[in-house]
Amino acid sequence: MNRALKNQIKAAGLWLATFVVMVIMCVPGLWVVLSGFRPNREILAKPPIWIPQDLTLSNFAKIFGFGAEQVAIPVLSYFGNSMVIAITSTLIALSIGMAGGYAFARFRFRFKNSVFLGLMLFRAVPGIALSLPVFMLWSWLGIIDTQLGLIIVYVSLNVPFTIWLIDGFFRQIPISLSEAAQVDGCTRWQAFWKIEFPLARSGVAAAGVFAFLTSWNEFALASQLTRSTDSKTLPVGLMDFTAQFTIDWAGMCAMAVIIIVPALVLTFLVQKHLISGLTFGGVKG
Amino acid sequence: MIETARGRAVGPAPPLRRRGPDLIRYIRTHQTRLTPVLLLAPAILTMLFVVAMPLAFSLWTSLTPYRLTRPETIETFIGLRNYIRLFQDEDFWAAFGRTILFLAIALNVEFLLGLCIALLINKITWGQRMLRTIMMFPMMFSPILVGFQFKFIFNDNIGILNNALQSLGITDQAIAWLVDGRLAMFSIIFAEVWMSTSVFAILLLAGLFAMPRDPIEAARVDGCNPWQVFRHITLPFLMPFAFIAMTIRSLDVARAYDIVAVMTDGGPAGRTELLWTMIARTGYENARMGQANAMAYISTILSIAFTYYFFTKLVAARRYMGGAE
Repeated sequence: MNRALKNQIKAAGLWLATFVVMVIMCVPGLWVVLSGFRPNREILAKPPIWIPQDLTLSNFAKIFGFGAEQVAIPVLSYFGNSMVIAITSTLIALSIGMAGGYAFARFRFRFKNSVFLGLMLFRAVPGIALSLPVFMLWSWLGIIDTQLGLIIVYVSLNVPFTIWLIDGFFRQIPISLSEAAQVDGCTRWQAFWKIEFPLARSGVAAAGVFAFLTSWNEFALASQLTRSTDSKTLPVGLMDFTAQFTIDWAGMCAMAVIIIVPALVLTFLVQKHLISGLTFGGVKG
Repeated sequence: MIETARGRAVGPAPPLRRRGPDLIRYIRTHQTRLTPVLLLAPAILTMLFVVAMPLAFSLWTSLTPYRLTRPETIETFIGLRNYIRLFQDEDFWAAFGRTILFLAIALNVEFLLGLCIALLINKITWGQRMLRTIMMFPMMFSPILVGFQFKFIFNDNIGILNNALQSLGITDQAIAWLVDGRLAMFSIIFAEVWMSTSVFAILLLAGLFAMPRDPIEAARVDGCNPWQVFRHITLPFLMPFAFIAMTIRSLDVARAYDIVAVMTDGGPAGRTELLWTMIARTGYENARMGQANAMAYISTILSIAFTYYFFTKLVAARRYMGGAE
């Protein structure tokens, strides 16, 4: 076998393998999204209908309560709760995390590594394990089933990781830039906002997206700390569908689309920065 | 102020001389040392309030026979009885063992698959960025969504998998993926691997991108075969990246709870019951908070030990590499 042919076979093999991997990664999600636009009878059809016959928006109209048929699940208020909780907790976590991340990136202090490790270990507590005491404490404080209760929990969930990411972004900016600004008469505070922050801005945005999605996607804590439309989020709401005797697959798929779309868009926007943040963050002396 | 940026230049702080309650003067003279403390204070306070305090409370609760239905029981101290009862409980050990098995299989498969995918995409010359972006998506899916998605796909009646198998004539009977004990466990692991392999693939790929070419070429010139190059140069270089991925994964292994909760909820007949679903069942459905907290404590210690292990590995690997830049 000559060399050129061998190389071609090798290249074809690589492509085939990549193709298979990508199919496995994409098809499950795409199938759910596609099913969100199909009527229930088509999803349930036997023998299966492979090529969608009629694509419709009626599933979305149904779960949002428009049109004649309605599903008794208040998706709109779940969506609102998810948005409010995720955005608020992200903003708070980001400001706390920015201060903390800057401290780790730019200062040397005693117990630095231990503090970092401590923050990470707190993050490692399983959500469901943490939910037990938080559930009891929050009900005594009277903030069970409120947006506030969930926001507080999500802030603490996001702070360690935000610090990790932001630490990484500030590390990539040479200290000399800030020093030069200070020689020229800036205070450290000014140097931070005028020099370092603008350079790290995309990184901070990536950390924000990560925090947003963590809150947006969280289930274990939310499922126990929320009870009603006052605070239930989308992932908890998704489980409402299974509580009924027959699963409304089309409705669930439509709701899944609503959960997926913001995640996909945001991920797409910041993926590059996210990777570099994860890679360069974390203690390095 | 400039010296503070380098930290070390500040030198040892002058001995502290207290002149009355002159707090402002104290802050001024020690400003450079206090800055990081002040910057970190909100983060630390948040964690103390929302995680440490509940954990302390949880520890106390685990030493009582507390039931949600009988609030006064929280004041009864029963020592380690909850833990002893757990250690004598076969169901607990089954769930514990299953959790360890689940994690061992899932993490190893994720690492190996992630490594293969990273090496594969590293070889591809066109569309690397697009492929990498696609890989990020499963990572960003809500675990509850991943669970639902595979519940839909593995459904014995209408799932795409059975439909495909039957249409292709591979089987003429519907395979009960989520009803049979072994297959249900497989399905859950599959969902978990699907969701988290990307973490490894992406970070290992970042490692491959950052890898210097010279050592590889030198080794080739010296007559190393591809396997030797991989084993002695590529792999050691990738290890810090693997540990970053492991650390990130170990922070949220308990996300598997969401997947199991929606796919099987521990069923059929407890065959997919993991520690986390057991905690939820004992605590909320049976209202036995004391017992559930004891269990939660064990799972917390497990997670923390796990994270601690990989974190120290990460720090050591980075020190060895002189920082994986």
